[in-house]
Parts: sequence; C-alpha cells; structure tokens
Amino acid sequence: MDIERVDRIIDKHRGEARALIQILLEIQSDNRWLPKEALTRVSERLQVPMTRVQHIATFYKAFSTVPKGRHEVHVCMGTACHVRGAQRVLDKVQDATGIQPGETDSDLRFSLEIVNCLGCCALGPVMEIDGKTHGRMSPAATVEALNDYE
Amino acid sequence: MDEGMKNMSKILLKIDGKDVEAREGMTILEAAQSAGIDIPTLCHHEKLEPYGACRLCNVEVEMRGGTKLVAACLYPVEQQLTVRTRSEKVDRIRKMILQLLLAHAPNSRELQRLGNEYGADKDRFEKESSFCINCGLCVRYCAEVKKLNAVGFVSRGATREISFVPEIAARECDQCKECFPLCPTEALQAAYVLAEALASFSPSFGLESKA
Repeated sequence: MDIERVDRIIDKHRGEARALIQILLEIQSDNRWLPKEALTRVSERLQVPMTRVQHIATFYKAFSTVPKGRHEVHVCMGTACHVRGAQRVLDKVQDATGIQPGETDSDLRFSLEIVNCLGCCALGPVMEIDGKTHGRMSPAATVEALNDYE
Repeated sequence: MDEGMKNMSKILLKIDGKDVEAREGMTILEAAQSAGIDIPTLCHHEKLEPYGACRLCNVEVEMRGGTKLVAACLYPVEQQLTVRTRSEKVDRIRKMILQLLLAHAPNSRELQRLGNEYGADKDRFEKESSFCINCGLCVRYCAEVKKLNAVGFVSRGATREISFVPEIAARECDQCKECFPLCPTEALQAAYVLAEALASFSPSFGLESKA
C-alpha cells in the first residue's frame, strides 16, 4: 500500500486524532490489512503515540496486522451448522487450501476463519466467501466453490 | 469564612475502626496510607493516575445498611464512610486474585510475599507462565511520566501483553530503564531485550508491503 493512499484517507478526516479508528478501518478495507508503515504514518500525522495505534489495531478483530488473502473464507461452526456436518466442510476447506483457521496461504489467495453463526441456520452448513453465502455445502461442493475464486 | 471552607473539604471517615481525617478528592488508599494503615497494591504508583487493574486493594465499604467491595485506589473518600481493609470476604478475594496471578508469574517475589500473607496456594491453578500480570505500570510510567510511549499493550483479553515499539525503544530505552524496577514480576526486562534484539535485527522488518 503506498503512502499517498494512506495520506488521502487521513486528509479526508482532516488528520483528527478522534478519527483514528475510522481511518484504520478505511485503510483496512482498502488494503485488507494494516502494514506497519501505514500505522507509523497514521501515528505521525494524527499525533497519536504508536503504542496507542498498535493497541487499537491489535484490539479489534476487524483489523489485521498480518497480510490477508484476496478472498476471505468464513466457515460457520455454529450449532446448527455443526450438527449438519460443518466439521467435514471445514476439513475439506483446510485440505483444499492447505491452511488452518486464522491463517493465509502463501499465494495470498485465501484467508480462512471460522465463525459462530451467520444467521441463516436453515442453509447449514454455511460457508461464506467474500461475503457471498454458500448454503447447504457438501465437502465436494466446497471445493467447487473455492475453485471459482482466483 | 476561611475556617468554614476548610471544614467543607475536610472529611472524616473510619478505617478499621480508626478515625481518619482526609481531604476531599483523596482516595481511600491515600487516606489509609496517611493514617499508617496498609492496603496491599500491585498496580498502584503514586506518580501515576489510579488504574484499578489488579483489584488487590479491594476493601469493604459500609453502605446503606450493607457492605460493598470497592477498589481503594480509585474510590474517593466520603464523609462518615466506614471502611474495612481486612475481613473474611476481602481476604478471600485477595487470596483468589493472588492465586490467579501466581499462575502467570509463580516466581515473582512480590507475589510470593503477598501469597504467604493471604495463604494463597501458588499451585491452585495450572501454570500459564506469561511472567506478566498486565498491571500496566511500565506502560503507564512510560506514557505519563516519561511521555515516551516506548512500551504499550497489544491484543486483548487473555492474550494481552506488553510490547515495545522497536524504533522508540532503540532510541530511548537504553538511557532510561526506569520502568524495570517498577515491575512486580520482573517480566519487563525479558520483553525489552526481545524488542531490542528485533530492532537491531532489521529496523525495516515488516515495512515492505506488496504492490
């Protein structure tokens, strides 16, 4: 991520320290993660200590301080999905992508997370890729769905 | 008039049956200390803002016919307040807190001393040695007194820990190190050495981002 993009986001909030979280959120959605140089820039321009920026960037789950893949895969492990075989879906996703929940593959293609409920239990087991819901998954359908994302 | 003003800000309270005179705005802890009554603390430091993290300074306060547990380092004194710094309930809670903290820092001499006093069993909980009890003394001292912000907290909840900012630590910590003796567990040194090693290893580590 280049520093001009970070600067543009900071300028939009007139460099106000109170907009810290909003600025971090925008950088996160722009870049998928928060590189250290971006955090340093935010700290300098907002006159907020780096320790505080770090504390906030590591506190909220919405932020990531490690690179994230191009596609976010969420496998629901809620009760309803669990009894409908979410574990087998998750195993298959782990097999196909080679990563564990919380990890990102080395090609930065996928980041995998488990979630506890996506709110559509009738569609279980549910998997979400980049916000798109894939319902009634079977292990085979899982691999097919993943193949649609490069 | 002057005399009246003085009386206004003078507060009389009872700590462990002893009459104590305090000024308005003082905390129970400060009032107790001025009267020579000892309340154990871990996260308190007179140069720093009260924090209320360790909860070891829990005391019982009589209120509306019952009692309430409050953190002495945060609770402001009130007129005619009755405080008990030792009671069965208070001791039980301090013992539990110490047992939980000892699971994180079993070798801390400060914790062992207090543990003995309150009969805490250091093996009560499975060891989870983080060597840090998140009292925040180093973090707050660096921010409030030194205004350097070289050390801060990262992450949250059970995984929260202190972390030095390598760029600032490399520049400032060598000639300061004032936070070291504050640490009740002696954990800080290890964390600092680690950060120093990282900073000298590669100052630009993690800076390269992909296009």
